[in-house]
Amino acid sequence: MKITVAHLYPDLLNLYGDTGNITALVYRMQKRGIEANVVNYGINDEVDFDNTDILFLGGGSDKEMRIVCSRMREYRDKLKAYVEDDGCVLAVCGGYQLLGTSYMIGDETVNALEVLSISSAYSPDRLIGDIILQSDLLGTKIVGFENHNGLMDIGDYAPLGKVICGHGNNGKSGYEGVIYKNTIGSYLHGPLLPKNPVLTDYIITKSIEKRYGLQTLTELDDNFENLAHDYIVNKYTGD
Amino acid sequence: MIKIRNMLAIIACKLLTVAGRLAGKKATSAPGAIAMKISPTILKDLSSQLKGPIVMVCGTNGKTTTNNLLYSLFKSQGKKVVCNNVGANMLPGVAWAFIDKASVFGTLKADCASIECDEASLRRVVPHVTPNKIIITNLFRDQLDRYGEIELTVSVINEAIDKLPDVQLILNGDDPLSAHFDKGRNCMYYGVDDNCNVSVRETKEGRFCSKCGAELSYNYYHYSQLGDYFCPSCSFKRPSLDYAARNVDLTNGMSFDVCFKNQKLPLKLNYRGFYNIYNVLASLCAFSESGFNTDNANKVLEDYKPQTARMEPFTVQGKTAILNLAKNPAGFNQAISTVLSDKSSKDVMIAINDGAGDGRDVSWIWDVDFEQLKNANITSLTVSGIRKYDLAVRFKYAGFENFDIADNNKDTLKKVVSGKGEVSYILINYTAMFETQTNLKAISDKEEAGK
Repeated sequence: MKITVAHLYPDLLNLYGDTGNITALVYRMQKRGIEANVVNYGINDEVDFDNTDILFLGGGSDKEMRIVCSRMREYRDKLKAYVEDDGCVLAVCGGYQLLGTSYMIGDETVNALEVLSISSAYSPDRLIGDIILQSDLLGTKIVGFENHNGLMDIGDYAPLGKVICGHGNNGKSGYEGVIYKNTIGSYLHGPLLPKNPVLTDYIITKSIEKRYGLQTLTELDDNFENLAHDYIVNKYTGD
Repeated sequence: MIKIRNMLAIIACKLLTVAGRLAGKKATSAPGAIAMKISPTILKDLSSQLKGPIVMVCGTNGKTTTNNLLYSLFKSQGKKVVCNNVGANMLPGVAWAFIDKASVFGTLKADCASIECDEASLRRVVPHVTPNKIIITNLFRDQLDRYGEIELTVSVINEAIDKLPDVQLILNGDDPLSAHFDKGRNCMYYGVDDNCNVSVRETKEGRFCSKCGAELSYNYYHYSQLGDYFCPSCSFKRPSLDYAARNVDLTNGMSFDVCFKNQKLPLKLNYRGFYNIYNVLASLCAFSESGFNTDNANKVLEDYKPQTARMEPFTVQGKTAILNLAKNPAGFNQAISTVLSDKSSKDVMIAINDGAGDGRDVSWIWDVDFEQLKNANITSLTVSGIRKYDLAVRFKYAGFENFDIADNNKDTLKKVVSGKGEVSYILINYTAMFETQTNLKAISDKEEAGK
């Protein structure tokens, strides 16, 4: 069994340890004997959607997000078709904002990829800090760190989780992230997956289901991952 | 009236400093901040009395070492120097350093100043202190939750420099981000003019030409984005180096020649770390450009003792333990590169905290090339600090199968340094530094203790 992970523009979108997500996916596939094929795409490369099982989009600075956004708009229809066809996408931080119709840099509105009918406004104060979500879908808490100016409105879409601690999509709605079919967007930046093995395995499971049919993943020893996860949970909730 | 207010501010600052010391604290920020509150003009009134040069040292990494080297160079000329080398690098810390050298009557007893200044604070400091020179050591990604993206750091530094029409910039020419401050300003450049093959795999900032946006090409890299770069589509390239290190030899300690103005100053340093070449070049450039004679500079630079936790050696049970502070991926990758250059077998401990001084976000550990430690002849690996479990996941996913997870305390340090290796390396971040250093001193061999 082989799963191909498309890492979009690691040269540009690598603001803060984003590559940790790829490392986590690869590690957890290899431990189960699944061949993990990572394709690092450069800004001028053509993305091979037919041979992509998981697509990862990280965060970059404003300047880098602009370069990526304008390049991705050239093949936006293919990405949209991939998403509608249950292709797996994980987009964090700036990458999350690209999925929407538009995002803002200060007063300027930037047209984004329109893959989802969501959009983000701009907050002059950054929303920064550790964040904990309760995810009903995964039946567990998701932990991470957020650092964004964007205020996301996800409309009628399902959120990734309910905010237990932190700001989330816009500091007001009480929810964080978005999940649509097999596409997940989140402000939890950088290495979201290493400390959230349940989420990592969810993405791997969905990618396998699409290409090979439903299968159950073998259990791994997640002691360290859970200890790192629980450190954040305990720090803020004491349980 | 102003004079009385300044006197009150100085007295309050000095009393609070003494009170703090009696309580066992090295606080300089709080006394400095209170003095500024009592007399908002105190810093301006004191700094304007200086006749000699005022140099500010700014940039992500290497500020403290560069500033200390410059301080030593000024001192070697018999100068009285205002320097925040024992204190904080934001506005109150700078105010404290000047008050420390002032009489209670508001007279500054100093000849020149070397001031380390936090990048984000520079624009708040320059209205009070007018520097003749600003050194910008480098710009790397650092504590995003405190500083924001690197473009923001560039713009706040530019904002400060724009207030200083007569300032001379001393820039790291090997860093395309620092070189970008040129903009036709009065600049001197330093850099390493040899391909030393010290590069490691890591994230590079500033990969794009600041003039035209094309991706930069390199004749060679030193580390991070530092190297001999050029833009393939416009004229932007590494500027010609006014102070260049050549004939770099890293095999036995560290030796190189500094070439400037048809002069050659050969140096052989006892302290290690490739990045220290930049610190030496920056301080020497500022010193020489301030009009001082460099004939004896080699002795000052060679005799310099790295400060706390910069590859600081301890002797424990007859073996060497080396403590090193690194705060961000560029600093950690440089530390790993230094560990790799030591061929001895070694026990390694890494401790990461998430205190306010560290940045609460430890995502950056995924940008550190810890995988390289597989080639470092390691006999044991221990992960520690408040975020020890984050490190455990990092090393597990990097493919390390045997390592220990332990709290950062004396027992753990004892176990690490008494491992099978010939030496041990203890790599830590900021808030982990003081307790680790105190503990290492406590377990050090008697003759070394209390050094």
